[in-house]
Amino acid sequence: MNALSRRRFLRISASSVIAAGLGSRALGPLRAASATRAPSGDLQRIPTFCDLCFWKCGAVASVRDGQLWKIEGNPLDPLCRGRLCPRGTGGIGAHSDPDRLRAPLLRTHERGEEKWKEVTWEEAIDYIAEKMKRIAASHGPEAMALFSHGIGGTFLKHTLKAYGTPNIAAPSFAQCRGPRDVGFRLTFGEDVGSPERTDIAHAECLVLIGSHLGENMHNTQVQEFATAVGRGARLIVVDPRLSVAASKAHHYLPIKPGTDLALILAWMQVIVTEKRYDIDYVTRHGFGFDAFAAALAEYTPEWAYVETGIDPETIRATAREMARYRPATLVHPGRHVNWNGDDAQRSRAIALLNALLGSWGRKGGFYQPVTMDIPAYPYPPYPKAGKPKVDNPDHRYPFAHETLTTGIREATISGAPYPIKGWMVYATNLLQALPNEAETLRAIQALDLLVVVDVVPSEMAAWADVVLPESTYLERHDDLNPEYFREPFLALRQPVVEAPHDQKPNWWIARELAVKLGLGAFYPWKHIEEYLEHRVKAAGLDYATLKRDGILRGPPQPIYWADGVPAEFDTPSGKIEFYSSQLAKAGFDPVPRYTPPVSGPPGSFRLLFGRAPMHSFSRTHTNRLLSGLMDENVVWVNQMVATRAGLKSGDWVRLRNQDGALSNRIAVKATERIRPDCVYLVHGFGHKARGLRHAFGKGASDAGLITRYRTDPLMGGTAMNVNFVTLEPAEAV
Amino acid sequence: MIEYTSTRHNPGIDPTLHLWGWEIPVYLFLGGLVAGLMMLSGYHLLRSRWDHDRAHGHYVTAPLFSLALLSAGMLTLFLDLEHKVQVWRLYLTFRPASPMSWGSWILLLVYPALAASALLTLPDSLPRLVRRLPVLSRVAATLSGRDGTVHLIGFANLVLGAMLGVYTGVLLSALGARPLWNSALLGPLFLFSGLSTGAATLHLLSHLTPRARGDAPGFSDALASVLVTWLRPPSAPEGSRKLEQADNSFLTIELVLLALFFGGLMTSTLAHQTGARLLLTGPWAAPFWVFVVGSGILLPLLLQFLQAQRRIQSTLVPALLVIGGGLALRFILVAAGQASHWSIALP
Amino acid sequence: MSRYIMVIDTRRCVGCQDCVVACQTENNVPSGYCRDWITETASGEYPTVRLEIRSERCNHCDNPPCVHCCPTGASHVHERGGVVLVTPEKCIGCKACLASCPYDARFIHPKGYADKCTFCIHRVERGLDPACVSVCPTHCMHFGDAEDPLSGVSRLLATRPHHTLLPEAGTKPRIYYLT
Ligand SMILES: Nc1nc2c(c(=O)[nH]1)N[C@H]1C(S)=C(S)[C@@H](COP(=O)(O)OP(=O)(O)OC[C@H]3O[C@@H](n4cnc5c(=O)[nH]c(N)nc54)[C@H](O)[C@@H]3O)O[C@H]1N2
Ligand SMILES: Nc1nc2c(c(=O)[nH]1)N[C@H]1C(S)=C(S)[C@@H](COP(=O)(O)OP(=O)(O)OC[C@H]3O[C@@H](n4cnc5c(=O)[nH]c(N)nc54)[C@H](O)[C@@H]3O)O[C@H]1N2
Ligand code: SF4
Ligand code: SF4
Ligand code: SF4
Ligand code: SF4
Ligand code: SF4
Ligand SMILES: [Mo]
Repeated sequence: MNALSRRRFLRISASSVIAAGLGSRALGPLRAASATRAPSGDLQRIPTFCDLCFWKCGAVASVRDGQLWKIEGNPLDPLCRGRLCPRGTGGIGAHSDPDRLRAPLLRTHERGEEKWKEVTWEEAIDYIAEKMKRIAASHGPEAMALFSHGIGGTFLKHTLKAYGTPNIAAPSFAQCRGPRDVGFRLTFGEDVGSPERTDIAHAECLVLIGSHLGENMHNTQVQEFATAVGRGARLIVVDPRLSVAASKAHHYLPIKPGTDLALILAWMQVIVTEKRYDIDYVTRHGFGFDAFAAALAEYTPEWAYVETGIDPETIRATAREMARYRPATLVHPGRHVNWNGDDAQRSRAIALLNALLGSWGRKGGFYQPVTMDIPAYPYPPYPKAGKPKVDNPDHRYPFAHETLTTGIREATISGAPYPIKGWMVYATNLLQALPNEAETLRAIQALDLLVVVDVVPSEMAAWADVVLPESTYLERHDDLNPEYFREPFLALRQPVVEAPHDQKPNWWIARELAVKLGLGAFYPWKHIEEYLEHRVKAAGLDYATLKRDGILRGPPQPIYWADGVPAEFDTPSGKIEFYSSQLAKAGFDPVPRYTPPVSGPPGSFRLLFGRAPMHSFSRTHTNRLLSGLMDENVVWVNQMVATRAGLKSGDWVRLRNQDGALSNRIAVKATERIRPDCVYLVHGFGHKARGLRHAFGKGASDAGLITRYRTDPLMGGTAMNVNFVTLEPAEAV
Repeated sequence: MIEYTSTRHNPGIDPTLHLWGWEIPVYLFLGGLVAGLMMLSGYHLLRSRWDHDRAHGHYVTAPLFSLALLSAGMLTLFLDLEHKVQVWRLYLTFRPASPMSWGSWILLLVYPALAASALLTLPDSLPRLVRRLPVLSRVAATLSGRDGTVHLIGFANLVLGAMLGVYTGVLLSALGARPLWNSALLGPLFLFSGLSTGAATLHLLSHLTPRARGDAPGFSDALASVLVTWLRPPSAPEGSRKLEQADNSFLTIELVLLALFFGGLMTSTLAHQTGARLLLTGPWAAPFWVFVVGSGILLPLLLQFLQAQRRIQSTLVPALLVIGGGLALRFILVAAGQASHWSIALP
Repeated sequence: MSRYIMVIDTRRCVGCQDCVVACQTENNVPSGYCRDWITETASGEYPTVRLEIRSERCNHCDNPPCVHCCPTGASHVHERGGVVLVTPEKCIGCKACLASCPYDARFIHPKGYADKCTFCIHRVERGLDPACVSVCPTHCMHFGDAEDPLSGVSRLLATRPHHTLLPEAGTKPRIYYLT
């Protein structure tokens, strides 16, 4: 985060925190507890925060007679307000998963054969340190890359930075929210953030473009979504599939996939030509409005109809409805927005639409998040990397402000701009998360060292030289979470039970590795609690209280402009950029321009994918509690299409994509809830790793069918909704 | 069109109810059959002058057979229970609204009634046993000594048999959640099916009972002769004509009751109609029409009619068919009933 | 006398099954079984489709056939709130109650007795909401006393259109679905 936007995130000084008293009262029988098991006959309630996804909801685990019994929301936590999503509630299944990794493994056969021998931690870490030293000696430390997703990776990142590599990436940028963040930055100078700063709770009109809240279970958003629905807020949902959210909408727009930018442009065209935008807001905060308005002229609803299939009257009616409720109209920016390759520009168009409606900084639109000021731990400075990051040579993608996973992958294959010889992979299943797994495998084959830190023997682990079994979030400490949110708070992750076998927490692994690498100076502390306590104390807070309550809350801060938050924009013009000179200068459209999506071979269906509420990506399918709710995915096929093909729900098919990739067999869901020109899968199934005994071979993998992707020219995001499949009958078993 | 999905996945419940396998149909069948036997022999005791009619061997062995069959039925019922150790709980309470409870208490009364009639006939059915245990012959003599006692036993068998027979149907029809069973006619239907299978069994017993010795047949003789007679079609014994006639009227009534049963369902709600169609045209139609209606009722009716006309030789075939039909009726109704459902798809 | 009911707002429910997981952990429901579940009913033709998502469980019927048909009294109506319960120690596992429930709300626990939703009476007696209600992230479930006109559930029923499942089965179910 750059200096200016950092300034704008309101911070509170730690001494003003009043959290302690508040906490103990509300949490009642919570006990101060540590990593130890509860004595027999006892019921302990230990707070921590959830890790089934990246939302980090406060949780309270009940441990009865030393056994995990249940996990509930921490009522003190402003994110979850005492209620978790199904994954959080089912988190116990992560602890008791019989498919878990139990001990460090060293590869004994070819990569990918999943043949291992168990070794001690000492042996495993020696082996890794040895290899890393050799890589540093012959190629420089930059030749090591770290892929790490989620807060658990904090300490490995620290170790690898100390080791001297700048090549640290997560799929959350180029495969997830990157285009959105870029689109919003270009417009408002700031990201939407995670948790998103969307004020759904107060929106009077909510527009969801693809964003499938209710299936996407990001907790606070779903809670606020339900509140909005309950309040009777107007709901407009754009999706080629009648999502759960769409089923609650006043206007459901069954858009032709990939054409959303046309719709958004037409909406803006209507709002601008009918002068329904927030004129005062736009004049006061806008830059380049006239050029923007002029560029819109051609995008009439009639024009958009041809592209999107949404009739012009509906486009007008919904545009007017948005304008009627502004500024409490929230056009949700989405999160996973890598769809078609025009994604940063589409996200920018969404930002612009919000700007027209005046929702940025306003109640019911986008609030300004606040956080607690928790000083970083005073480590020695990292060595300066000898080379720039490898992922984005010559700023090919000028607006990529985070590291591109796929850029590292490309460099690993090509050796340019410099070779990458080692990957360390923490909590990300790259074979399911990155498009075109063949490319990932090619990169893996070019490596001298592949280390995977995981909790289960995932697809990624299957290819590793060394697999390190991590303890789950319920069995470990992680870094503090001073979240950027509606109100400032600090959350602690702490163990509620012991790891069942020889699993170790990331902090321990990262520290041991650093010591073996001769980087012990970067770990002045021996146990993470020293680190945590140090930081909490430095912020003037009480660690014991944090341990007891799991959450420390700060006093509420203003989060809307109306309450005194300054309207500042970290853009070159210092204003909301309706016209982006940055984009113009870099040779891109300064005002988003529509390009039609690629289309597939005749008779094929566009492959769409999304979330199921009880699963996270590819990581929850061996969790017996959660897989008990859904143990494989089905392929949604339009009812009429299915009937014509002689298919009915429950029939088995295989999907074949335009490049011949063939899926596992998968059951059909013949439904009136999807357009005839696409099919839909829940992401993450169809596991190929045999070690995932409970999930192996169940359902079809969307990732396996995503052999093509389009790269966003602005920021290098990999759009994956550009694959097409046909259905083939499959034998029933 | 309505698209309905449910995430429920309870074993035995989903995708369709499968609570009861072979045990309950067999239990219901044996219960009905015994009910029929009890009623027939009870009626016999009531109507006849004992000493004259004791010569009808099948009435003599029927109570012992009944006891054996009923016990076999109780065993299958017990086998079906999922919480067997608690079975004694049935007799700690009486639940007037529960047919199961009625059933268990009725069964408790049926045993003494059957035992009484068995004792009554013991000197004839198990002469060797009685010879060895004279006390039994004294008991039998006391029981048969007075017509009043004999009639009381007969009456008890008649009434309890009727209750047992009706109960086997009511057990299902009381489970209102299964529209196919949801008919007051199920009790009478099972009663008459029980009577027809009972008559057929008596018929069978009479065939199986060697008449040559002129003496009253023994139970063990009857059992031993089963195999022999199987191979050697016997001549129609005396009294079996009456049984055939009775059987024919039971079968006719059963047929009428079946028609009324379906008529009732088909003029009721959509759920009931859908339930009925499971048997009439649905997945159970073939076995239903073939085994229950065809070979279970119509064919034996025809055969027994022809036998009565002496157009064909009298055989065991009709009796066996009736018994098979009764068994099929229980199996098919229990299975199809579990598949019949109030549609919960509609919001 | 109290009369406990549940009122579930189908407009808010997203079908996430959190209620299902919560019931499983709270009540140690054996794996492979569920006391509550989600149904989705879609009608119409794309794109004009009406979808109702419901969280379902035992309806704790006012006229419970499962209690009537139970030969041992294992199935009974609890004095508190009229909740329909099973006493495992009294149950012989005859399955009459399973067959008599039009909602198929019961199952045979692997230990041999009939089992189903208890309205989390153990929690309710301590003043807590049932587990499923207490976790629901959309706050679409409400539990309370229908006899109390001031209770949340009574007010919801008074002000919002609602329906019950299979009223024609005559069981007088006590879970109400707001539409
Ligand atoms: N085809 C396709 N690709 C996608 C997406 C899609 O929808 N379809 N979605 C994209 C999006 S939005 C995102 S954010 C990314 C997500 O991508 P990832 O974050 O890579 O998600 P997962 O596939 O779940 O892989 C997570 C891995 O971490 C492991 N893990 C879980 N918990 C722990 C832990 O506590 N410690 C350790 N060490 N490991 C753990 C899991 O076992 C699993 O192997 O994927 C992106 N890629
Ligand atoms: N339960 C659960 N919740 C999660 C996650 C999880 O793994 N599990 N992951 C979390 C993460 S990291 C992310 S990034 C988010 C992702 O969640 P979202 O940001 O909501 O994801 P989308 O990519 O919008 O997801 C798919 C939806 O877009 C629709 N869609 C597909 N193509 C098009 C199109 O061309 N136009 C339009 N308008 N719609 C289209 C699909 O039909 C589907 O409904 O979910 C988060 N929440
Ligand atoms: S949204 Fe769900 S999975 Fe994610 S942190 Fe919160 S409770 Fe856990
Ligand atoms: S937890 Fe709530 S929202 Fe989720 S399925 Fe259950 S009732 Fe619906
Ligand atoms: S729903 Fe079924 S189990 Fe529950 S009370 Fe009603 S009939 Fe009984
Ligand atoms: S299974 Fe148990 S609870 Fe159900 S009716 Fe039989 S004895 Fe009663
Ligand atoms: S009330 Fe309790 S027992 Fe019933 S479904 Fe909810 S959590 Fe399960
Ligand atoms: Mo994501």
